[in-house]
Amino acid sequence: MAFFLIKKIFIMFKWLEKNLPKIVMAPAVGLIGWFVYGFVLWTLYISFTNSKILPKYELWGFGQYEKLWASRKWLISVDNLLVFTALFLIFCIVIGIILAIFLDQKIRAEGVLRTIYLYPMALSFIVTGTAWKWILNPTLGIQKMFIDWGFENFTFDWLVNREMAIYTIVIAGVWQSAGFVMALFLAGLRSVEDEIVKAAKIDGAGLFTVYWKILLPMMRPVFFTSFVILVHISIKSYDLIVALTQGGPGISTTMPALFMTQAAFHKSQVGLSAASAMMMFMAVAAVIIPYLYSELRRENAR
Amino acid sequence: MQDNYQSSSYKELEQKSKYTNIFLRWFLYFVLILFASYFIFPLYVMVVTSLKTMEEIRQGTLLTWPSSLNFDSWLVAWGGRGYGAGDTFLRPYFWNSIKMVVPAVFFSTFIGAMTGYVLTKWRFRGDQWVFLFLLFGCFIPFQAILLPMARTLGTLGISNSVVGLVLVHTVYGIPFTTLFFRNYYISVPTELVKAARIDGAGFFKIFFKILLPISAPIIVVTVIWQFTQIWNDFLFGSTFSFGEAAPIQVALNNMVLSSTSVKEYNVDMASAIIAGIPTLIVYVLAGKYFIRGLTSGAVKG
Repeated sequence: MAFFLIKKIFIMFKWLEKNLPKIVMAPAVGLIGWFVYGFVLWTLYISFTNSKILPKYELWGFGQYEKLWASRKWLISVDNLLVFTALFLIFCIVIGIILAIFLDQKIRAEGVLRTIYLYPMALSFIVTGTAWKWILNPTLGIQKMFIDWGFENFTFDWLVNREMAIYTIVIAGVWQSAGFVMALFLAGLRSVEDEIVKAAKIDGAGLFTVYWKILLPMMRPVFFTSFVILVHISIKSYDLIVALTQGGPGISTTMPALFMTQAAFHKSQVGLSAASAMMMFMAVAAVIIPYLYSELRRENAR
Repeated sequence: MQDNYQSSSYKELEQKSKYTNIFLRWFLYFVLILFASYFIFPLYVMVVTSLKTMEEIRQGTLLTWPSSLNFDSWLVAWGGRGYGAGDTFLRPYFWNSIKMVVPAVFFSTFIGAMTGYVLTKWRFRGDQWVFLFLLFGCFIPFQAILLPMARTLGTLGISNSVVGLVLVHTVYGIPFTTLFFRNYYISVPTELVKAARIDGAGFFKIFFKILLPISAPIIVVTVIWQFTQIWNDFLFGSTFSFGEAAPIQVALNNMVLSSTSVKEYNVDMASAIIAGIPTLIVYVLAGKYFIRGLTSGAVKG
């Protein structure tokens, strides 16, 4: 009897030892499985119900999605997101590339400049949004600065102008993230073998040609990465809008992320907010899944 | 073009390219410094404004230098005016953030180290899929989990508490920390681990004796990354906490938005600096590791 018990304990011990790595993995996989995948499914379920203040669990079909796409506020959100994403992408990538190429020319004080270009990434959108809100306010901000400098008819009221307010978010967003693109491209440029550039120069290629025809085409993966990350940031934009405009004036700068939290926590439209969250989720997935797939393939090919 | 070059003497050509080079250099520095001023401008305005009195703010412009270094707004932002109810200031929320950040960074880093270790040194069938499974968590738009999370925190009785935020930040940090450690450990030769296994070292012994001692750089990268992310978080903080349990970013936003009396821009700016200074200090001291986190993870939450 005692022998069998000992044997059993021994077998159990062996089993534990053999499966220890998986046991150590289990909490992480369990947490992510529940809190990410489980919760997304949960949200998906809520989006098919007619939940108002509290989640209800009788299925209601696609009603929330119909309501969502009939909502003027949601359409404005999507519109704003498209405008913001397009401008945010273009400016971040153009500025990022220019800074990276210029910094790559054996610049004195490169370290200092790099630190300056990137520090906004270390700050929260609330902090920088607060600063930009102050800078852009028409009474005491930039507008007053130019008027005091003698440009008496200078107006810069984008922050409180329905038509233009969305562009103030672009200004602040680009300011915050352009340095990041710079860092990605600089790392990419530095990883190119010197021989390639030297060979091109011996063949008589000017600096411009070297970058335009040789180096930038080689940066395709960096473009891809920047694109994915910037789109991802822009779909999730929330803090910056809260700090800068709260979606105003009116609802002119509202975006999907803001729409979602407002519907859920201020307007008791839990079902509708779940539907908007799922739309955001699908938008992100459409960009991320191909990205992860290609990244993984690249890694396997290595 | 070709003929032209051949006709001019070599010396002439060299001279010409020298001038264009000097011109190009100047242009280069001009553009770089122009952008540097664009990036530094808001920080400069914040600092300068926080040191002015409201009177000075109304009279001068954004750029004018304060007449004297006046730290009153900083004191008000940090400790209030001392008139009791309705007096909002950042000190208690600063400590909330510290209480939230320290355990959340510790737990998420530890779990990430463990999973990164298993995924690279104790590989099993389908481990790549497990990695992908975890990695996707980096990209999730958090709006898609807010509603269930609010419900869950309520059920657990930890909504509107620092403990709840620690849980949230730990869980959603795991994908990032796993990514960092996995990418770092994958470059550590597996032979080291194999040799140790033959010598009879177990799972934990190998981790603590072989991998942990060489993990300092990636631990720094991960801790800085997680610290910055969690300190700067607003979405979770504002959704799952309010009132006294709020972290500093939420308190800052409330302070700036509260329109009780006259807007005090100097206090607003001082508050923003106080809320931003911990991550800014970390960035200045350990920027190298911060950038490594940014580019190696190449994901921003």
